[in-house]
Amino acid sequence: MIKGVIDLDDTDRGMLRALSLEGDLTAGELGRRFGLSQPAAWRRVKRMEEAGILSNLRLEVDRAALGFGVTVFLGVKLATKGRVSLEDFERAVQAIPEVQVVQHVLGMFDYRLRVVARDIADFERVLRRRIMTLPGLGQVEANVLLTEERRMGPLG
Amino acid sequence: MQVDDTDRRILRQMLAEPSAPRSLLADRAGVTAATLARRVERLRETGMIRNVRAAIDWRALGFEVEVSLRFTLDKTNPRAFDEFIAAAREVPEVVAIETFLGRVDVRLNVVARDMGHYQEVYRARILSLPHIAEVDALMLIATIKDSEGLPL
Repeated sequence: MIKGVIDLDDTDRGMLRALSLEGDLTAGELGRRFGLSQPAAWRRVKRMEEAGILSNLRLEVDRAALGFGVTVFLGVKLATKGRVSLEDFERAVQAIPEVQVVQHVLGMFDYRLRVVARDIADFERVLRRRIMTLPGLGQVEANVLLTEERRMGPLG
Repeated sequence: MQVDDTDRRILRQMLAEPSAPRSLLADRAGVTAATLARRVERLRETGMIRNVRAAIDWRALGFEVEVSLRFTLDKTNPRAFDEFIAAAREVPEVVAIETFLGRVDVRLNVVARDMGHYQEVYRARILSLPHIAEVDALMLIATIKDSEGLPL
């Protein structure tokens, strides 16, 4: 699949907004909303998928109700730059089931991690047993997530 | 609502690969397609599943730059959070707003077409947000893992 920028008209943008709220809308439903036939709506979705704009579906669950009441963002700095292997760190951190997101960043930290835990005690366990033992780990900063809100951004 | 082992198995499979066909997810969870459909319906009705949404790839949309801006607010003003967040919602390049307990109070995820555009947004729209005490930026180089998976 080739990623690239394609021109989007107002209908495409509207469809992206609709799908980013309800990702499992069918082409028929999208067509009705935007005054298109089902095949025409399907072709537009397909085109945006092929351009890599619509990557995949995300399932949003009530983490707290499922027993994961704590989400923490960690800023991680590696200990000795140049000497530790990014690959080793990345391989190990990705394998931790409580780590949902790993981003390589540029700034006061090297990585941003999103970690879920049942409660603060469980988070401490994850931090001590799983995070602090990662290869090359230096400094860690933790911030506990209170609220999150996604915006339509430039599509809005 | 009580979530049982069957629900957990289904959720584990769906969280791991939400785009997979339902019949495949049912197989992996060891239930029939009808059971899966019924359980998913119930999980949605009770709010355990909040939403199924399509992820948008901002880079593919032409927004090459993604920055995580982390703010400490001037909390001597009791309305600092509300006013900051209300103003941040007005910035079109902001794609996510998160609040925290810790050194960072608020994080904004900002996308821009290129560094020139980012500089413009940062100077004109971000630095003028109210009640900022401190700000630091983490520029996204690569996303290594991004999942909603839970160790259920």
